[in-house]
Amino acid sequence: MNTEKTKIDRISGTGIVVRGNDIDTDQIIPARFMKVVTFDGLGEYAFYDVRYDESRNKKDHPFNDPKYAGASVLVVNSNFGCGSSREHAPQALAKSGIRAVVGESFAEIFAGNCTAMGVPTIALGPEKIQEIMKKIEDDPSLQIALDLPAGVLTVGSEEYSFTLPPAYRNALMAGTWDSTSVLLSNLDAIEKTAGSLPYVSNFS
Amino acid sequence: MAKNLFDKVWDLHKVTTLETGQDQLFIGLHLIHEVTSPQAFQMLRERQLKVLHPERTFATVDHIVPTADQQRPFQDKLAEEMIQALERNTRDWGIQFFDLNTDYQGIVHIIGPELGLTQPGMTIACGDSHTSTHGAFGSIGIGVGTSQIRDILATQCLAMSRPKVRKIEVTGNLQPGVYAKDIILRIIADLGVNGGLGYAYEYAGETIHRLSMEERMTMCNMSIEGGARVGYVSPDQITYDYLKGRQYVPTGQAFDRALEYWKSIASTPDSTYDDVFHLDANTLEPMVTWGINPGQAMGISRQTPLLSEMPPQLREVAEKAYIHMGFSEGDRVQGKKIDVAFLGSCTNARISDLREAARIAEGKKVHPDVSAFVVPGSKQVAKQAEAEGLPAIFEEAGFQWRGAGCSMCLAMNPDKLEGRQLCASSSNRNFVGRQGSPTGRTILMSPAMVTAAAIAGEVVDVREFAAQPANA
Repeated sequence: MNTEKTKIDRISGTGIVVRGNDIDTDQIIPARFMKVVTFDGLGEYAFYDVRYDESRNKKDHPFNDPKYAGASVLVVNSNFGCGSSREHAPQALAKSGIRAVVGESFAEIFAGNCTAMGVPTIALGPEKIQEIMKKIEDDPSLQIALDLPAGVLTVGSEEYSFTLPPAYRNALMAGTWDSTSVLLSNLDAIEKTAGSLPYVSNFS
Repeated sequence: MAKNLFDKVWDLHKVTTLETGQDQLFIGLHLIHEVTSPQAFQMLRERQLKVLHPERTFATVDHIVPTADQQRPFQDKLAEEMIQALERNTRDWGIQFFDLNTDYQGIVHIIGPELGLTQPGMTIACGDSHTSTHGAFGSIGIGVGTSQIRDILATQCLAMSRPKVRKIEVTGNLQPGVYAKDIILRIIADLGVNGGLGYAYEYAGETIHRLSMEERMTMCNMSIEGGARVGYVSPDQITYDYLKGRQYVPTGQAFDRALEYWKSIASTPDSTYDDVFHLDANTLEPMVTWGINPGQAMGISRQTPLLSEMPPQLREVAEKAYIHMGFSEGDRVQGKKIDVAFLGSCTNARISDLREAARIAEGKKVHPDVSAFVVPGSKQVAKQAEAEGLPAIFEEAGFQWRGAGCSMCLAMNPDKLEGRQLCASSSNRNFVGRQGSPTGRTILMSPAMVTAAAIAGEVVDVREFAAQPANA
């Protein structure tokens, strides 16, 4: 069994801003691109319908803007990733080079999927997000650094402190964000819990 | 300080608290389908893991199945590849698969309950956000992503933070023409599409406990549209009566023991909650959406909101919505000409939905400018509908009668909107592009309202419509 653990404690790079509240996972990856049996190759379909018109001409969207090329930190507004549970959405973002998402708030299944993939979701207040968005839009080459142990996001010369839910932060830092092996290490307790539930034996 | 259902069921299924602070939760029933599972099985293979409890996972195929022609191989090669992957994975791991050759294929959230797999006091997970549907039975239904499907396959467990619980108490009587769909759309409009973040919703109160199981499923189904990952109704006699005699429900003395367990996990009058929200059902009217998320909804008699009167945080999405929908502020949705009427989805494609729609459609004709179709939620629903003569009523009225699947709820199959078509839909999401056309437009409403719109050719108030004589 693969027990490799990748600790995620520092992420640095440039940012990309996608503005808007309630951006749903159907926007992040339209369902028609989910007819696949692997996640490989999803990157090119991230935000497809807002990036391209029906004749496949590029529309005005940050993911089409060369000034954001190579960005690794996505900055968004509130309730990002609402709707469908499709992990294809964060997978498409990750395959586009996104390694962390910073925003006002995140839909729960989306945030859970990100964590399970080792992509931190960092929540900050609306004013701070507006400030960060403006900084990045003004200077897309601005260096951004995410320090999980310190709980500090550095954007250019400005520092923003954040609190990640302890569950997420600990999992990322300990390298246990890939939870399968952690869960499986409690096998005896799993079977004990199962045995205590009357429906597991069909109430026999 | 008595525990509510959520806390009781969570505690019974908690294996341990992990170092991360999350709980390790045992999953009693795992449901899988073709879209979100193949990568999870691939991860198992790469890590040389096995499926720990294959007998606790059940599979079906729903998202990608064509509803007009279900012959194999599917014309869409990608869809065929996906169903073959599921056939291979379920065969390799010994997982029960209700595929197209069985009598039990259908939308995953419809077949679980009808088979009696879904029972009170269980934890139920599926790689689909509408897994909250199963909460109608007093279970905890949790929508998960693919990495978590891998976790459940390998360990029968999930790592999850415990949410808070909000009781949503609904009292009063629903007026004729007002349905469970209207209650849940009202709740989402009132609390917001992100109002449920961090919460499980318990739907309670006299109105909820008078609802049938199918109506409760409609309510719980859309919890996630309000941001709540979990939504449930504490079980009662209506729940137990629904379950008795179903295929996977125990019989004889085992049923009595099941009943004892189910009653033991129910919420009680002295149960406590982190928050309570009250809704009066007496004043509800049929709901329609006017925008691009399910929270942008209003009573059919109302006008769309003025941007200047909206809270600033809702304004930007409302502006986007008006541009996409081609509606304006102060507009009415009533009277909008529709192109497509879709009656289906895990929200509203059960037999009671179809009966109500058929009652309204009987003796009438679909408007010539409307393409209308009915997609039963499962083969069992279709079979029952056929036994009652419903397909003939629909076809006589000009509706197409299809095979079971997710169809145009998410358009991963040949059922799609084209261009800017406007669709009256009994589904759960009106997101931009959701029904298969990036410029397509969706108005969510109850199945009765969809049927009335199909016949009128425009959005109407089903309460007035039902009073009119048949237009031959």
